[in-house]
Amino acid sequence: MRALLLRDLRLAFRAGGGFGLSLAFFLMVAVIVPLGVGPAPATLALIAAGVLWVGALLAALLSLDRIFALDYEDGSLDLLATSPLPLGGVVAMKALAHWLTTGLPLVAASPILAVLLNLPREGYVWLLVSLAIGTPALSIIGAFGASLTVGLKRGGLLLGLLVLPLYIPTLIFGAEVVKAGAAGAAIGTPLAALAAITAGAWAGLPLAAAMAIRANLR
Amino acid sequence: MLTAQNVAVARAGVMVLAGVSFSLNAGRALILRGPNGAGKTTLLRAVAGLQPISGGILTAVEDDIAYGAHSDGVKPTLTVAENLNFWAQIYGSDLAADAMTAMQLDPLATRRAGQLSAGQKRRLGLARILATGRKIWVLDEPTVSLDTASVALFGAAVQAHLNAGGAALIATHIDLGFAADVLDITPFRAGADTPVLSGQFDEAFL
Amino acid sequence: MSIWEYANPKKFMETSAMALPWAAGLSAALLGAGLFWGYFLTPDAAKFGSTVKIIYLHVPSAMMAISAWMMMLVASLIWLIRRHHVSALAAKAAAPIGLTFTLIGLVTGAIWGQPMWGTWWAWDPRLTSFLILTLFYFGYIALWQAIEDPDTAADLTAVLCIVGSVFAFLSRYAVLFWNQGLHQGASLSLDKQENVSDVYWFPLLVCIAGFVLLFVTLVLLRTRTEIRARRMAALLSRERLA
Repeated sequence: MRALLLRDLRLAFRAGGGFGLSLAFFLMVAVIVPLGVGPAPATLALIAAGVLWVGALLAALLSLDRIFALDYEDGSLDLLATSPLPLGGVVAMKALAHWLTTGLPLVAASPILAVLLNLPREGYVWLLVSLAIGTPALSIIGAFGASLTVGLKRGGLLLGLLVLPLYIPTLIFGAEVVKAGAAGAAIGTPLAALAAITAGAWAGLPLAAAMAIRANLR
Repeated sequence: MLTAQNVAVARAGVMVLAGVSFSLNAGRALILRGPNGAGKTTLLRAVAGLQPISGGILTAVEDDIAYGAHSDGVKPTLTVAENLNFWAQIYGSDLAADAMTAMQLDPLATRRAGQLSAGQKRRLGLARILATGRKIWVLDEPTVSLDTASVALFGAAVQAHLNAGGAALIATHIDLGFAADVLDITPFRAGADTPVLSGQFDEAFL
Repeated sequence: MSIWEYANPKKFMETSAMALPWAAGLSAALLGAGLFWGYFLTPDAAKFGSTVKIIYLHVPSAMMAISAWMMMLVASLIWLIRRHHVSALAAKAAAPIGLTFTLIGLVTGAIWGQPMWGTWWAWDPRLTSFLILTLFYFGYIALWQAIEDPDTAADLTAVLCIVGSVFAFLSRYAVLFWNQGLHQGASLSLDKQENVSDVYWFPLLVCIAGFVLLFVTLVLLRTRTEIRARRMAALLSRERLA
């Protein structure tokens, strides 16, 4: 298991760029949106939480098809499926590697982008907290989506169509934490819901994804 | 170690092979022959557990099988040693170094796999099988793009594996230079008269 | 005899051939009667005017939109557990029908909402949930279409349907949390009959029954088509072998 995680991390770093790409895309969203809606600080402060979360969603989405596609193409997925590792564990490790290489940098970069979007100061902590808790869910849900489309030549667009609806609860609760936190309101409920989604997704989805991969390899 | 009784396999809802029987004992190798598209790969994938069989009985300890497919699963951005060590770790074996020596990959150990020639890459793929330390090797066309010397190298590796009490099921067209049983699967190809298997495949709709 | 016998394609074709005319006829009769009753024989409501009569389309189609997904969920579970092809094909057949009901529900809702709330669309929790349901239907149908091998497609869509159901359910609650809306409460539930007076309620029940049968009719019809298509593919591949 650990060997797989290390291999995937090593691959992500060596692939050159693939790993910074999501982060760059996240930055792009934070720059594009103010250009679209205008520079008024009040407007930006109002939408900052939502935009940052939507940006995180889209940035995660961009890199999802790489979770399994490369291993599928070069035959590694066949070999992993016949290896002693449980396939659910393979999925979880690959999702974890995806989170470490795309989700975690995104969490770290979010306060800087929050400045661009004029997020109220009280919201910074909750932005970090909600992204830190919520983005792992994005990775594992995305890995599940990628497992459904792994056998398809042009799965990219379909992957977005399948995964984005599944992201809705995470997005709602995640953005809600930041919004409530920025307004100084109670954040207990959405934060608990967000944590529950992440925990539940990590508990259940690796198995569902393993099932889908087995069907795809058949 | 591995027995098949009357096994049938299907691909995309269509029966490919039916009535395949063989048994493989320790120290023995079985060569599968048959023209392209005969179903060798499908049969091997079923033996490896990647797809369900649609009839008959297949007995094997799954934890004994190491499967080698057409593609080697070699990562071009990792070095030869890293590729091999990864698979050895996955299988929990310490045979990576031995495998590397057996397939004469030592001079290439620090080279990125992406820079290897097709034949060298294949040797790395075969070294992976050696490094698993599993008893039954299930190999699909292992000698593709190997030169004569490398084929001999591979033949010697299989022979050593058999001598150590292992077994091998290999689909290949060429002579590997060791004693082996041969099974021609052509007679088992499923035709229109293949008995209908109730409810399992598209035949249920006929 | 067990209920699973109907999972045999041949048996299913025989039974559904008998059931189909009855379901279709009864559905047409109920819908005709219910809609006529509802539209022409009920008085205009004091508060809502004649606009209220759109409930005879809106409420049943919205109910069937959810029921269709539930049916797909059950069919998917049956396929994954018992591997009956008819079950997978029925789920496949139901998806476009469910999507259509969802869209009818959304469109009639918008048409009703315009005079009532003064807007075609509001991000009301119930509206939003239906929009999200539409997205799930799209994804499900797209996945069926993208995969060539029918059994693989059945497996993957079944897994998606189950996981999707969980997330659709979560979305429902997330949306409720996100915006407490302006939709009137349950317009139809057994202990809340006072919401809709009997004059409107009885024709509505007839319409709902008609919609249920319409759904059954359409699913049977489409499942039969799917079975025939699979049969044709099986025959063709057999021919190629011979």
